[in-house]
Amino acid sequence: MTDTERASMDADIVCVGFGPAMGGFLTTLTRGLVAEDGSLLAESKVMPGAPPQIICYERADDTCFGVSGVVSRARAITASFPDFDPAQVPMAAKVAQEKVVYLLDPRGASRRQGVLRFKDTLLRAAGPLLPAGGEDAVELPYIPPFLRKEPGYVFSIGQFNQWVGAQVMGTGLAQIWPAMPAAGALIEDGKVVGVRLADQGVDKKGNPEAAYMPGMDIKAALTVVGDGPAGPVGRGLDQALGLPPGNFQYDWALGMKMVVDLPSSCDLPEGFVLHTFGYPEPDIFGFLYVLPGRVASLGVFVPSWLRAPARTGYRYLQHFITHPYLYKHLKGGRMRSWGAKSLLEAGRRGEPRLAGDGFARIGEGSGTTNVLTGSGVDEAWASGVLLAEGVLELYKADKPFTKENLDAAYVARRRASTLDQEARVAEKARDGFSQGFVQGLAGMTLTGFTKGKYNLSGRHRPPHENVPSIEEYYAGMIPAEEIKAVRARCEAAGESLHDALMDRAGWPKIEYDGQLLVSHQDALLLGGKVQAAPGYADHVAFVDRDTCNNCNTKICIEMCSGQAITTNPEGGVPLFDREKCVHCGACIWNCSKPRPRDRNRSNVDFNAGAGGLHSAEN
Amino acid sequence: MSDGYQIVVCGGIVPDPLQTLEPVHGPAGWGLKNELMLPAILDPWSGHALYEAANLAKAAAGSKVWLVSMGPKAKLQQVMMTVAQKAAFELIALDAPAGGFTEAGDVAAALAEAIEAIPGLDKSRLLLFGGWQSASRGAGATMQIVGEKLGVVDQFQGVDKLTIEDGGVLRVLERVEGGSYQESTVSGPPALFGWATGELPEPPNNPQVGMANMRLVMPALQKAKPVQLAQPAFGSVQLPCQKRETRIVKDTPVEAIAREIVDWINA
Repeated sequence: MTDTERASMDADIVCVGFGPAMGGFLTTLTRGLVAEDGSLLAESKVMPGAPPQIICYERADDTCFGVSGVVSRARAITASFPDFDPAQVPMAAKVAQEKVVYLLDPRGASRRQGVLRFKDTLLRAAGPLLPAGGEDAVELPYIPPFLRKEPGYVFSIGQFNQWVGAQVMGTGLAQIWPAMPAAGALIEDGKVVGVRLADQGVDKKGNPEAAYMPGMDIKAALTVVGDGPAGPVGRGLDQALGLPPGNFQYDWALGMKMVVDLPSSCDLPEGFVLHTFGYPEPDIFGFLYVLPGRVASLGVFVPSWLRAPARTGYRYLQHFITHPYLYKHLKGGRMRSWGAKSLLEAGRRGEPRLAGDGFARIGEGSGTTNVLTGSGVDEAWASGVLLAEGVLELYKADKPFTKENLDAAYVARRRASTLDQEARVAEKARDGFSQGFVQGLAGMTLTGFTKGKYNLSGRHRPPHENVPSIEEYYAGMIPAEEIKAVRARCEAAGESLHDALMDRAGWPKIEYDGQLLVSHQDALLLGGKVQAAPGYADHVAFVDRDTCNNCNTKICIEMCSGQAITTNPEGGVPLFDREKCVHCGACIWNCSKPRPRDRNRSNVDFNAGAGGLHSAEN
Repeated sequence: MSDGYQIVVCGGIVPDPLQTLEPVHGPAGWGLKNELMLPAILDPWSGHALYEAANLAKAAAGSKVWLVSMGPKAKLQQVMMTVAQKAAFELIALDAPAGGFTEAGDVAAALAEAIEAIPGLDKSRLLLFGGWQSASRGAGATMQIVGEKLGVVDQFQGVDKLTIEDGGVLRVLERVEGGSYQESTVSGPPALFGWATGELPEPPNNPQVGMANMRLVMPALQKAKPVQLAQPAFGSVQLPCQKRETRIVKDTPVEAIAREIVDWINA
């Protein structure tokens, strides 16, 4: 079948990615399209007489995709649902109690700056006098207002998305089609005219097979892009149009989480919210939220500014769980689900072009995450609401979706919003982390208390420029010759390096209990189900083979959340198994080498692929 | 068959076991904890039946496919967003629990009643399709009882292949013991086919098929008929035990793998 036989379909608005931003967009839009007397505000241009044809394509097999330890003030969400009752949404509860805790290192294996070690020594000396001081932790007596989430909610993003999706579909005014990845935007003469769906019936490399069906072109007057920071449509637009001058998307983090059945001995109340920092590495933030039904959502964020070349989400998560301050609550618990997701931590400075002829961007991929307050779900929702209000305004005025009109109806609205005002305050909040953990914390505090007036500066570099070689990182601790031997052994066994290196660096082995502490592969198997529908190409591709062949610091393997990227026993280019991929996108920014002809981008391509839904509870 | 077939596929939904299922006893009897939270899929056995039905309908001009599906209305809506992209059909929705704590006879009675009520149903053209077994019950009795209630006496179970021959004769391959097939012929409709896996791959998702189906699916969901199913008394309810021991062992000889499996079964 040739490209000319590719089918095409027309819609009025085509959307990609169903997450909180799209939930906010479709909820507001479908409500606003119907006047109080039941008449429609606008008519479809492609199907005259019918309501506007609004179609949303979601890559995952259901509308409950998402990974987040959501604690949110939910101001935008509750503005959309003034009578919001958490009992309506499974796994949602009001925030009842909030704590911020600094975790000391009970193992002595983490990398801590001298000043931090000194501070830790003082804290240990004063331990018995401090809250929780006897448990290698210090509870902060005061939570800065910019971090506080009360009054707010804890919930499961998967369940929330599912709840919103059912309501949107129930209006009959929008269709959300799961299991349908969009490959990229259709751009004609600088205008976005729709999206191209992913080809089906192809082999791993994308070559047509017997059941080949070219991805359909869905053409629409407006394309709404909300496919997240790892989404191929949004990232493709960034490549085609470039980011606005001065903006960059260098700061990332991997969030990895579990949903855990708490043991009967745990007395943490429903709605309890715990934020941690300091352990397993100082830069790794953690969380634990107690949801209804004696269930907890907990996890860690491994940031791109953690300069460890053998960093890993899963083992850090296990060390977090087994920290004495947490393990006293969790021991005897059982993992219900597990998941991971990349977060774009660049915030407003990672903002792409928000609108252009025929398209608009919403959600995390549009730079909504507030990096000071550490919140993103409600902000993403708010961006969707703002776009919907703009679209309704244009429908009312019968104006086309040109850049000029979208700038006036959406971008200007967003600039005037609380979302943008708070994002401006926050945009430099984390700059200090590029200098070190202590500077990072000081920078956040300075930004938070001066409302962004004063900030600590930092260096902004692509993630791959941030990491030293393994030999440099372990200099003075593990001899280069030993690293060489470890590398050879791991390569021959097809294993990643981080376990061997962390063991050698003094991290204790994790004693599996078969319930909460299980092997990485068992977390993948017991914590959900990987979806990898047949007939799609591998969505992870290594661009330049020579670059991989010459790479001795394959963080793509170490940080792969599902162990889908593995060492190639024959050396060189890593192997990829899409049946283990949870679409977290960590490989995009954890590749330690730039691609030869574009040094701003890593050597890993993350394209459209079906699946990714691993658990409905995350 | 000049006028084509009327192919009615009975297909329930089952929770997609992303998480471990937990039986719980509530005010309405036994059910699955979190059933409404879990994503659901069309029962895989019924899925094969639906794809075979769609394929047969394409081959026999004038044919039409209905999908009669029972499940919680909200979950049916979700499932149909995926299923409706794969094959053309008209949905008949029955709003009832799909957790598996029901009698096959009760489910079959509700399905048969819904099928009888299809406007313009012509039993002389009727082919009843469904899953040989059900992923949620595994009893394999539901389709048989549906057929009996509708007076369809030519029934085939464990079907993997159905071909139309000259004169409208239907040739059927049914699974029998020992990996063998039984080959039968039936002169034509009405007949019932409980499908095993069939021979067709899962069709790709086609947005055009989805859009076409959706014009009928949404109205069908809006008028989904609530079905009250009596629940039998259960002495006890428990999930099958699950034990997982994951190891990664490379280059193990086939004989060693086989020996380990045999040892495990014997144990």
